Order: sequence, then C-alpha cells, then structure tokens
Amino acid sequence: MRKKNRETPEVNGSSTADIAFLLLIFFLMVTTIESNEGIPRKLPPLPENPDEIIESKLHKRNVFEIRVNSSDQLLVEGEYASVADLRRLTKEFILNYRRNPNLSDDPQVAVVSIKNDRGTSYKTYIGIQNELAAAYNEIRDSEARARFGNVMDEITEDQQNEVKDKFPMKVSEAEPENIGGSK
Amino acid sequence: MNGRFDRKQGKKAPGISTASLPDIVFMLLFFFMVATVMRDSEALVQTNIPKASELTKLEKKEWVATINIGPPVPSYQAIKGTAPVLQFNDKFGTVDEVVEFVENERLQREPRIRPYISYALKVDKDVKMGIVSDVKQELRRANALKLTYLATAGTEDYR
Repeated sequence: MRKKNRETPEVNGSSTADIAFLLLIFFLMVTTIESNEGIPRKLPPLPENPDEIIESKLHKRNVFEIRVNSSDQLLVEGEYASVADLRRLTKEFILNYRRNPNLSDDPQVAVVSIKNDRGTSYKTYIGIQNELAAAYNEIRDSEARARFGNVMDEITEDQQNEVKDKFPMKVSEAEPENIGGSK
Repeated sequence: MNGRFDRKQGKKAPGISTASLPDIVFMLLFFFMVATVMRDSEALVQTNIPKASELTKLEKKEWVATINIGPPVPSYQAIKGTAPVLQFNDKFGTVDEVVEFVENERLQREPRIRPYISYALKVDKDVKMGIVSDVKQELRRANALKLTYLATAGTEDYR
C-alpha cells in the first residue's frame, strides 16, 4: 500500500540555465540598441513663387543671422563665433526686448536664420540646431518656472503651448539655391 | 567528541551551488529582450550619428520612415566607392529616388496615418551638408515636411 499524499518528483531544473543562455545569446546577436531619438524639425513647404523671399519683409535687427562655411567656421551676426557660444548669443538675441539696437525687438518677431555651405559638415549643422533648440528650451523653461512654477516637461499641455506661443521658435533656412560658392 | 568542527581531513569541499545561475541568466535575457529592436534592414551605409543634448523621442515606430546617408560599408566600397550615398530600407538609392521612396512609404501605410509619417534622417556626422540639403529639398518637393535628425545623447566636441 502506497501513501496517499506522496510527493510528485520534482522536474529537473538544471537545464533552464542552458535554455536561457541560448535565448540570451540569440537576443545578444540580434540586438541593436537603436537610437530613436533626434531633433525634430519641420521643413517649410516649397515656395509657390520662387522669387518670394520672406526675410526681406523683416527688419534686420529681428533676424539672427548664422552663416557657416565649408570649413565649419561660424559667422554669427557678422562676427566670428563657435558652436559653443551659440546658445548664449541666441538667448541674448531673443531676450533683448529693444535694449540693444542690433538685437531683436521682441521674442515674438525674432527669427533665426541659418545659411550653410554645401561643404559644411553635418556634425556642425546638428551642433547649431542643437544649440538653438537648447537656447529656446532654456528660455521656455525659465518662463515656465516663473509663471507655472515648474519646467516645461512638468506642466500641462495648455500651459506649454502658452509658453511656446510667447517664445515661438522660428528658424529659417536659406533656400539651397541661394548658397553660392562665391564669397 | 563529535563536534561540528572536527571534520575528517579528506572530505571534499562542497561544490558551489549553481541554483541561482538560471535566475541571473534570465535577468540578462529579459534585459536584452526589452532593449532589443529587431534589425529590420541590413546596414549598407555607415551612419555614425552625431551627439546632441536636446533630443526628443520619436513617436510610434510605424509612423517613421528612415533615410540613411553615409559612406558605404567596407564590403560595398569596392563597387560603390567611399563617397556618401543614400540607403532606403534595404537598398541603395540616389537623391532622385527620394520622392519615389516617400510615395512608397505613404502607400505602404494605412490612409489614416499617412499624414503623420515623419522622416528620420540618419546621417553620418562627417557627411557634408550638400547631399543632406539635396535630400531635404527633395522631401519638400514630395511634401514630406516632418523630419527628425537622429542623434544620440551626449555632447560633441567643437573646437
């Protein structure tokens, strides 16, 4: 007579490690920890009339001009600068409020204009885009903190839009046709 | 006296228990399973993307079409040279084919999400802007205006 509540024999678990290793190695092989982050930008639609240049309507002081040559050298508002200076210069330009006659009247009308050469490296171009984004993000963050007591990421969408409307990011890029090799 | 400390000299040391090994391996396994993005196409061009700090995560992956720009990988340099070229999905392309690529990407997706497709530019950081500007211009011609310059977190070194 056998006992009624005899224990069932345990399943041998020594091979789970092997199975898991196999799967692990498979995933190690197929893994590419892919970057899915980046700097989002909107391209302007093609102008219907190629002769129409929007910038000509703007007052010169409200345009923050960045030129980059094929040796990745920057000319910001006519003066030599480096990518590292760009954030500070952009913030000065946006938050000028009519103080300096060469810088913007108001953040509402301030426009950043980038002209790059075909020989400019992509790294420098992204550096510029990144610094401009950083300048605007810092301005918006401090505005959000002053008005809503928190940084942009922590406030509601309506509040975010309010801040964005106050400091709209207007970046204009020259039509590639305009960048000649001369000069 | 049969104390617990006076053991026989010749007794073997107990083997290290491997009972926790599966747990450790499973932990690693789960990490890689979660972190994995299945490689959907073979890389034909080298794209060492730049570093940037102001990054935004891309929205739904199905809404993103990627254009790679960079020098061909070494195995293709014999036939393609080392000048930067374009790669759409799993084949080489030229700037003239961008409009066609955009149309294809639109057709492949449900009409509902077509307006939301965004184009990710995965560009090697040493590529010159000439080819990138050309691609941007073609995207404008195709009325594909939402784009993202892919970058990784970090800071680049500018002189």
